[in-house]
Amino acid sequence: MKVDKKLIENVADLARLKLTDKEKKEFVNDFKEILDTFSKIDEVDTKNTKESFHPVEIKNRSRDDLVEESLSQEEALSNTKHKKDGYFKGPKAI
Amino acid sequence: MKAEDFITQIKNGKIDVVEHTKKVIEECKKINKEYNYFNVICEKEAIEQAKKVKKDPSGKLAGLPVSVKDCICVKGVDSTAGSRILKGYKPTFDATVIERVKKEGGIIIGKTSQDEFGFGGFSVNVGIDYKIPLNPFDKKRACGGSSGGSGGITQKVDFPHVSLGESTGGSIVNPASFCGVIGLCPTYGRVSRHGLLDYGNSLDKIGPMAKNIEDVALVMEVIAGKDENESTCLDEPVDDYSKQANIDISGMKIGIIKEGFRKGTDKEIEKKIKEKTKELEKAGAEVDEISLKTSIDYGLPTYYMIGTSEASTNLARYCGMRYGKHEKLEGSFNDYFKKVRSRNLGKEVKRRIMLGTFARMAGYRDAYYLKAAKIRTKIIEEYKKAFKKYDILICPTVPILPPNFDDIKKLSVVQNYMIDVLTVGPNLAGLPHMNVPIGFEKDGAGVELPVGMMLIADHLDENSLIRLGSALLK
Repeated sequence: MKVDKKLIENVADLARLKLTDKEKKEFVNDFKEILDTFSKIDEVDTKNTKESFHPVEIKNRSRDDLVEESLSQEEALSNTKHKKDGYFKGPKAI
Repeated sequence: MKAEDFITQIKNGKIDVVEHTKKVIEECKKINKEYNYFNVICEKEAIEQAKKVKKDPSGKLAGLPVSVKDCICVKGVDSTAGSRILKGYKPTFDATVIERVKKEGGIIIGKTSQDEFGFGGFSVNVGIDYKIPLNPFDKKRACGGSSGGSGGITQKVDFPHVSLGESTGGSIVNPASFCGVIGLCPTYGRVSRHGLLDYGNSLDKIGPMAKNIEDVALVMEVIAGKDENESTCLDEPVDDYSKQANIDISGMKIGIIKEGFRKGTDKEIEKKIKEKTKELEKAGAEVDEISLKTSIDYGLPTYYMIGTSEASTNLARYCGMRYGKHEKLEGSFNDYFKKVRSRNLGKEVKRRIMLGTFARMAGYRDAYYLKAAKIRTKIIEEYKKAFKKYDILICPTVPILPPNFDDIKKLSVVQNYMIDVLTVGPNLAGLPHMNVPIGFEKDGAGVELPVGMMLIADHLDENSLIRLGSALLK
């Protein structure tokens, strides 16, 4: 597969990262090395194999729909510098 | 002194828990100046807890100093997973494991250094402004990773102590091996992940590291078990792991993993492992060779595709709004998030977020992420088949002795990832595994360095690890 600056820029944009030109160059090389080595996985026959998203069987668990103790608004906001009137304050959406 | 004996002396008043804790903190400060094992030493909180224990020393871990990998949340104490993007974050709650340790009288002494978010096998990928932990046997060498600070401090201290590490692809056993201590990574879901700063949700496990196997067993009994706050935590009874130490191993069936001794494995390590295996045979264990080709040949790419995919979604939450590092609010949503993330995440973190984002992208998802998830099934099946015949599988924990920092710098990205070649298998399959320090060997430079053997058991069979581990340590 073709790894170039354009692909790296596209991935970085989706990952919400702004890369310097030096970083872009390095990631082109890193991706080439990684994908070249990892293309080995193509050798494995997985035609009739299902995916595993967990190593052990996980059962869905539910609880009664009752109000429980949770973080207070003050606690939830205790780690942010950007707050106003009891809310988180974010950058402009539009 | 074993933790159990120490705790008895705390309970009967022979040791003053407050005075002891003060001494422990001073000792840690001194070591830290030289070796960088802690990101934070929480003196105030530790002494407060010691005072509580003095009033009521009834807990199972009364007075025991416990260090904690930085990625595990401790209420009111900076918890950053070694990343500048979380600088200043003080959790408003304790992780379940911390809550349980404190409830039993354990004393949290500090947060240990690590590769940023767990992304590394040498603890050299620390976040911006963080210090690299140095190997306790030779300061020019790495502690292993990513729970490097936990491994280093566990080896270096003389007082009774247990560290809580965390593993995604080998981050408990690897530093345990490089630092010459025991590290147990439990079955996936055996120990609650509530309050852990996630790397990969289907891979992360918290487990104890210590000098004595009895201490590992004791802490496992405290931290394991169902947790209402964590849906992947298994609702299975917790065994009396301590009872497994020092019992006869005759009749145990052991499989030596053939692929663990290929070209990349140091001869000194191979020699030591084979010597120890002979001793196990003498003690009555049945030893046989087994091949785990899928796991060892394809485990590494499978792990990196799945691990980075999960990490890239998990780390999306770090955007400078609710906690951690903030920047001046300006520009659009995306401009602001990009600014915060690009300034404060380290190079390896960016690399893994990029790789994981790529593996999940439209057009590549089938070929990388889903393909890896299918190979994961094959790897799990390969192990499950092996455990029909064997109680324990063994191989070296890492294929090399602790390398020096100059040699690590020369490694390419993939060569760097290769350090995980033997540990990713049990992590992908969620199998409990443990590093047992089995002695020392000289490397090419004539430095005596620790060698570790990895034991792997079937799901929820931590008992067999403790049993065989204690026989190896006799």
